Amino acid sequence: MRTVRVVITLKPGVLDAPGQAIRQGLRALGFAVDEVRAGKYLELALPHGAGDVEEMCARFLANPLIETWRIEEGERQMATAGGTAE
Amino acid sequence: MIWGVVTFPGSNCDRDCVHVLRHVLAQDVREVWHEERSLSGLDAVVLPGGFSYGDYLRAGAIAATAPVMDAVRTAAGRGVPVLGICNGFQILTEAGLLPGTLLRNRHLRFICRDVSVRVESARTPFTQRLDNGAVLRMPIAHAEGRYTASPDVLRLLESKRQVVFRYCDPDGQVLPAANPNGAARAIAGVCNRAGNVVGLMPHPERSAEGPLGSTDGRQIFESVLLAIAGVR
Amino acid sequence: MTGIAHAPPRVGVEVAPEGAPAGASGLSPEEYAAVGAALRRAPNTVELRCFAVMWSEHCAYKHSREVLRRLPTRGAGVLQGPGENAGVVEIGGGWALVWKMESHNHPSAVDPYNGAATGVGGIIRDVLAMGARPIALLDSLRCGPLDDARSRRLLAGIVGGIAGYGNSIGVPTVGGELAVDPGYRDNPLVNVACLGLVRTDRVVRGRADPPGAVLLYAGARTGRDGIGGAAFASAVLDERAEYEDRAAVQIGDPFAGKCLIEATLQALETGRVRGVQDMGAGGLACAAAEMAARADTGVVLDLYRVPLRERDMAPHEVLLSESQERMLLVTSPEDVEILAAVYRRWGLEAEVVGRVTDDGRFRAQFDDALVVDLPADLLTHAPARHVDPVPVPDPAPLAARGIAAEHALLRLLATAELAGKAPIYEQYDHMVQVRTVVRPGRDAAVLRLPEVAPAGLALTVDGNGRWCAVDPYGGALATVLEAAANLACAGAVPLAVTDCLNFASPEDPQVFWTFARAVEGIADACRALGVPVVGGNVSFYNEGPAGPILPTPVVAMVGLVPDVTTAPTVPQDDNLLVLLGAADSGLGGSLYAREFCSSLAPGFHRPNLHTAGRTLSCVREAVQRRAVALAHDVSDGGLAAALVECCLILDRGASVTLPGPVDTGALFGEEGTRVVCVVSPDDLTELQSLAATHDVPLSVLGHLEGDRFRIAGPDERVAVDLSLGRLRRAWMSLGCEAG
Repeated sequence: MRTVRVVITLKPGVLDAPGQAIRQGLRALGFAVDEVRAGKYLELALPHGAGDVEEMCARFLANPLIETWRIEEGERQMATAGGTAE
Repeated sequence: MIWGVVTFPGSNCDRDCVHVLRHVLAQDVREVWHEERSLSGLDAVVLPGGFSYGDYLRAGAIAATAPVMDAVRTAAGRGVPVLGICNGFQILTEAGLLPGTLLRNRHLRFICRDVSVRVESARTPFTQRLDNGAVLRMPIAHAEGRYTASPDVLRLLESKRQVVFRYCDPDGQVLPAANPNGAARAIAGVCNRAGNVVGLMPHPERSAEGPLGSTDGRQIFESVLLAIAGVR
Repeated sequence: MTGIAHAPPRVGVEVAPEGAPAGASGLSPEEYAAVGAALRRAPNTVELRCFAVMWSEHCAYKHSREVLRRLPTRGAGVLQGPGENAGVVEIGGGWALVWKMESHNHPSAVDPYNGAATGVGGIIRDVLAMGARPIALLDSLRCGPLDDARSRRLLAGIVGGIAGYGNSIGVPTVGGELAVDPGYRDNPLVNVACLGLVRTDRVVRGRADPPGAVLLYAGARTGRDGIGGAAFASAVLDERAEYEDRAAVQIGDPFAGKCLIEATLQALETGRVRGVQDMGAGGLACAAAEMAARADTGVVLDLYRVPLRERDMAPHEVLLSESQERMLLVTSPEDVEILAAVYRRWGLEAEVVGRVTDDGRFRAQFDDALVVDLPADLLTHAPARHVDPVPVPDPAPLAARGIAAEHALLRLLATAELAGKAPIYEQYDHMVQVRTVVRPGRDAAVLRLPEVAPAGLALTVDGNGRWCAVDPYGGALATVLEAAANLACAGAVPLAVTDCLNFASPEDPQVFWTFARAVEGIADACRALGVPVVGGNVSFYNEGPAGPILPTPVVAMVGLVPDVTTAPTVPQDDNLLVLLGAADSGLGGSLYAREFCSSLAPGFHRPNLHTAGRTLSCVREAVQRRAVALAHDVSDGGLAAALVECCLILDRGASVTLPGPVDTGALFGEEGTRVVCVVSPDDLTELQSLAATHDVPLSVLGHLEGDRFRIAGPDERVAVDLSLGRLRRAWMSLGCEAG
């Protein structure tokens, strides 16, 4: 099994309202922060030799109009298995 | 008595709460801005629903850092009744004034409709007028209302009677089908250990007048009048 | 060009080449020549870009404005008709409603979530710009058939965008409609209406007045969002659009939008605001030029003072950016700090970006260089484009296939048009602001107005592309009547209409004819009902690779309910089902024709305005007097569907006997203005006497009973006999999940 990590962020210049609000919260807590960009992080477990992650991003995971993505390949285990334990 | 209704940037039920307190229950209301640092002189405080700071990062997370929250913490410590409705509930959990947290609804969507909740703990100032087991009909309107806490915390909440409301069917039966968001143990509202800080997802201010379909929510506000009168 | 009167401003900007490329600017060669002739010089590139946006169909109504003159826009209580940010109508007690609908079709095709979200944001700010608090939203949606996963995903995105924005800003979405057709597959329609409430002495307008006043920019910062969006809206979408029009996509920030509403209302409370306008399509340039043109003044903009989100923005980008959540206020220099403080308290920008002049010119400076110098009214008055309309021939009549009535009914109930919309409206907060007395899912939503208690307002939005495809005039007329019928069922007297006219390319003479006929239909119906059209918009070029959309005029109507505080009569098991009104029983343009015939023909019998008006008066009076427990108009799916819907609302079965032959026309024909009423036997005499007074045909069709739904003919032959449970399952099958 192969693990792929995908980081999706808004393209430069696209309004990042969550990032702005998070910066405001950090500043309220006294942290010096110039800019925050918010994004999404995904981990995909794929069978070897399968899955065009680039195409997954372009067609589904990201909105190519406003978002850009970075794909990191690695053998690392998935962080969690299953949902939130309660 | 004097109520405080706090407005954070992005609160959108603040005016509704003020309306119900002022015009339905004929109470004095002070509208409190999130930058204020003192709540002295207030007999009860409401953190209303809405999307404070757009609910960015996590619902309630940024509002929990507002200056007024220190004052809310102080007031809560003094035993002042504090009610968090919907986003106000989320803010109270993010601020650590109530246990647990509110996650995305099971079906991941915002949901707005009437639900029934059963009163589980009549010991809080907001439920004092009600009986344990009473069923209230109130609307919910949220995307992040699935109450969650660790198993230990959940056990403790039950044993200390800190579960205040549970989703149920109109007859008071707690059934999976009556749980709109997948909340753990169908929890719709909880209180702190002392009982004076209560958070709930349903909107009592939207069910306080007949023409809107239900007056059940009014009893939550009226309970406080009784509680305060008892104290004085 | 020769005879240069004004030297073209040119520092830092190129002068456009002689006979500039029309394709690049969106201007036709004739329009380019008209600009040159009016200026007596060539425009520079910044100016040319301003013309491209301001003279786009979206901003300038080049094809439509002559035709739109046919609409009745005046009436008792109308304080503001079309031409401003939104219409304003007095409702008594010192209060007025503000009413406006707009389309956001093309942005929603490219990016459903953000397109729909910014559609909500935009219409909210139009209403806010009149000084009103937005109190309700309605949404009228159209997309491809939902058996296609792509259409379901598109609809989920659109609904998500409306919910994401509307819920966050705390304006309830109280009603709407949904229709599907293959023509909307690549070009969905997203029409959003907003209702506002304002004290009559607090109405403001989008005017830059008086000279010497300053322009205060308020709200979010300016980025490179949607540069040229207005021009984009006026282009036909092609298949590559999804990947290439990023620059034209705007991203909304509902949090900033909510803060902007509260801050602007507080700013208006100070009494120091002379004029307000939303910076929407065409951005700062359009807002400032329109405000100057309305007041017959001029403006000078200091572009370097505009709060920017990105560095190195070019002058045309600052002028034409369609970044959301921005307003332009006019105030006197000494009041600027008071107003700016209000906005800053809400975490928003507030900067003086220009001033009002008396010279009629629209000028912009950038780093002390003049980059635009144009007559303001030239920018706001694009030359009209004329098309000689060519009538579309009537479609040939086609015989309907014989389908068993029960099968047809179940399938119709499961269509997007008829199916229960709870999966959509439960995603919208429809109760915030504690006004919603009648929630979504009924003929019209009803809001209480404590400001003018015990009165309230009823709202509805209606459109029917099928009817208009068969008969644009009759279909549009019937659309207005349907909206009026929905209001009558809530006991409301119509006050005002706002419309979105969604059509394909007006350059096609047949499309243009269809458009003109539809406007005539709306005009005649509104005149007959005495309802003014106080605003709206036109959306042309709605076509995709598969061809044009159905002609789709959408009408949103608001009416006054005299008393919303008395509870309606509770229906009982012995209650009667009564039909008010009569109709020919044709299937033209019906949902049945779409589902079971090879075309939407045959024919469409136009409703008679006189009999329709009498029927509506009768229904309205009956509802107001509480003589009926429920009233519901016959529309999509015909009489059979209307009867089933009554049963589903009341959760009771019914036994119905139709007076004439039970054929497909009688069951599923959608013509005429007819209303099904649920009436207690004790109230029947009163209803009969009302019907007699208004000269309206009345027939008792049956009664509520048990948990089955039956329709039989006079010969007692049973055409439909289904359990309520089965009908409900079909009705609850709306598929709008993503995936």
